Amino acid sequence: MAVSMPTKIVTARLEHPDSHTLARYLATGGYEGLRKALTMTPAQVAAEVDAASLLGRGGAGFPAGRKWSMLKKDPVTYLVVNGDESEPATFKDHLLLERDPHQILEGVIISAYALQVTQAFIYIRGEFALGLERMEEAVNDAYREGALGKDIFSSGFSLDVVVHPGAGAYICGEETALLESLEGKRGFPRIKPPYFPAVIGLYGQPTVVNNVETMANIPWIVRNGGAAFAAMGEGRSTGTRLFALSGHVNRPGPYEIEMVKTTFRDLIYAPELGGGVREGRDLKAFIPGGVSSPWFGPDQVDLPLGQDEVAQAGSMLGSGSVVVMDSTTCVVRASWRITKFFFRESCGQCTPCREGSGWLERILYRIEHGGGREQDLDLLLDVCDNISPGVQWPPQQTTICVLGPSIPPSIAAGLKLFRDEFLVHIKEGGCPFD
Amino acid sequence: MSHFNAAMSARARQVIALYPEPRSALLPLCHLAQEQDGWLRPEAMDEIAALLGVTAAEVRGTATFYDMLHTEPVGKYVVAVCTNIACVLSGGAEMLEHAEERLGVRVGSTTEDGLFTLEESECLADCDFPPCVQVNHRFVRTTTPEQFDRLVDELAAGGHAEEIPPHGTLVRVRRSGGLRVDRADIARERAGAEERWG
Ligand SMILES: Cc1cc2nc3c(=O)[nH]c(=O)nc-3n(C[C@H](O)[C@H](O)[C@H](O)COP(=O)(O)O)c2cc1C
Ligand code: SF4
Ligand code: FES
Repeated sequence: MAVSMPTKIVTARLEHPDSHTLARYLATGGYEGLRKALTMTPAQVAAEVDAASLLGRGGAGFPAGRKWSMLKKDPVTYLVVNGDESEPATFKDHLLLERDPHQILEGVIISAYALQVTQAFIYIRGEFALGLERMEEAVNDAYREGALGKDIFSSGFSLDVVVHPGAGAYICGEETALLESLEGKRGFPRIKPPYFPAVIGLYGQPTVVNNVETMANIPWIVRNGGAAFAAMGEGRSTGTRLFALSGHVNRPGPYEIEMVKTTFRDLIYAPELGGGVREGRDLKAFIPGGVSSPWFGPDQVDLPLGQDEVAQAGSMLGSGSVVVMDSTTCVVRASWRITKFFFRESCGQCTPCREGSGWLERILYRIEHGGGREQDLDLLLDVCDNISPGVQWPPQQTTICVLGPSIPPSIAAGLKLFRDEFLVHIKEGGCPFD
Repeated sequence: MSHFNAAMSARARQVIALYPEPRSALLPLCHLAQEQDGWLRPEAMDEIAALLGVTAAEVRGTATFYDMLHTEPVGKYVVAVCTNIACVLSGGAEMLEHAEERLGVRVGSTTEDGLFTLEESECLADCDFPPCVQVNHRFVRTTTPEQFDRLVDELAAGGHAEEIPPHGTLVRVRRSGGLRVDRADIARERAGAEERWG
């Protein structure tokens, strides 16, 4: 099986051990995109990003060009970059922050120019100590280089960038919680409407929030043109994307692959990618796009890695993390662990999410540990229904943010694909895999 | 009397100057306080409150929301073992059990000598090196019990000082200077932007 390995966009530099340094960056085309952008009008730069059809890489997959066009025109606007990456099994932004901070920074400066923003913030997950240090170093270097600060490359455009450390809270990845956190508060998501960041964002001012990987694509798009980016991939899913592959595969890792042209089978089995299921075992199930996404069984493995393709099949590409589970995996344990995560990370503002996550966690725990009852399976779905009415895909939302509605999908999918396995736990009074 | 030492006070003021509103410096200042003291002492929270013009209760109420901010003392090394989905498929739970045995403490506690605090963590975004272990938020990539034991021994003997500073020190790279673009420049840019939008 041969997979076509695409032009690398966001990982091109990573073959060099010093990919994070300014010297390497400048030697490999660094800040040329910015120089080019500064010869264009802001509107022309935005038009290239729009033409690229770059879908946001943070999870929701909203087109970056469209998001930018929605920014309410106001003398005071902000650009905030989301580097909080804490979605379980997602580890692409971590890689980019540590290994190529200048690429992200150049994307930020170009984007700020296109948006005519004069202050930008890069919010980085607190647990990424090295990533924080590397980005702070990159910012210092960029100021020295004249790529940042006053009168950038003598263009008349000025911008300040602040690297902001988080302090450990998954919910701060949700964009309005991130803004609260950046304002020095608890990471409580805001109610939308009216708090759509493009209208009421940081300090109440219009704000664009974009993901780290989204930013990392911008320099290439400006250098090569939006059309060149859109020529890769297919349909709405253009360009390449960095997928984080983990779980029971021989070669877990981050892989940049062309959208739609590659399937889950390629990603999991191709020798230059995942290299197959560990110890030659059978594939039992896989999580296609982060723990909020419904799982797929082996019969879906030929689906292409495209946003619409996966959505049509009843799940989502989400944050670009694919978790492989082999035949030795206990699905009750897997869905219990995922639910425990949501329970721990719920911010507590909404009762269904705060209480429901704990109930679900306890029911799943007792099934896994031999205390399950026959009615528990209906009870699980009943609690799920209280969190997200109908337990359907895409989920209904009655809570302030989508963390709550993200809890039921893994449980519902586990029950749909492996109901018998749940029942065996209950009948045998314990986990058959122990 | 200031709780922050002179150098920290200077850094705190510099950090505050980076933001349009002082309160935004709350998390960074809590990190600085942990760098100085290893954890977030009440006196430090009082001082942060005074620096930012908020109440001490607001600082405490915010800080306690965040896992990395410790309002109780912790060890010199905070060891975090991930047991989230990718890691649990590759021995994360067993690694945590092993860590409890090796360190002789339960999750959430600190060894008697004050060296190690053990935590169970959620996904640390290093899932291709499972099970993932961090010490003071540095990825150590010890994926077997033997590697873990060796690391613990080395840390106890004062090793790895270069890569793993004592708990609390997060970002060792200093931002060189405050904002380069002054408020007048920003105002001018913004006025220009307004014109461009027509
Ligand atoms: C609970 C929750 C957690 C999220 N975590 C992240 C995250 O860690 N990183 C991220 O970029 N987006 C995250 N998002 C999505 C953001 O809200 C937002 O859509 C994204 O940062 C926008 O950037 P993009 O348009 O470039 O994708 C999260 C959303 C939710 C609801
Ligand atoms: S859904 Fe959950 S995480 Fe989101 S705001 Fe409500 S309680 Fe907080
Ligand atoms: S699941 Fe453990 S680091 Fe991601």
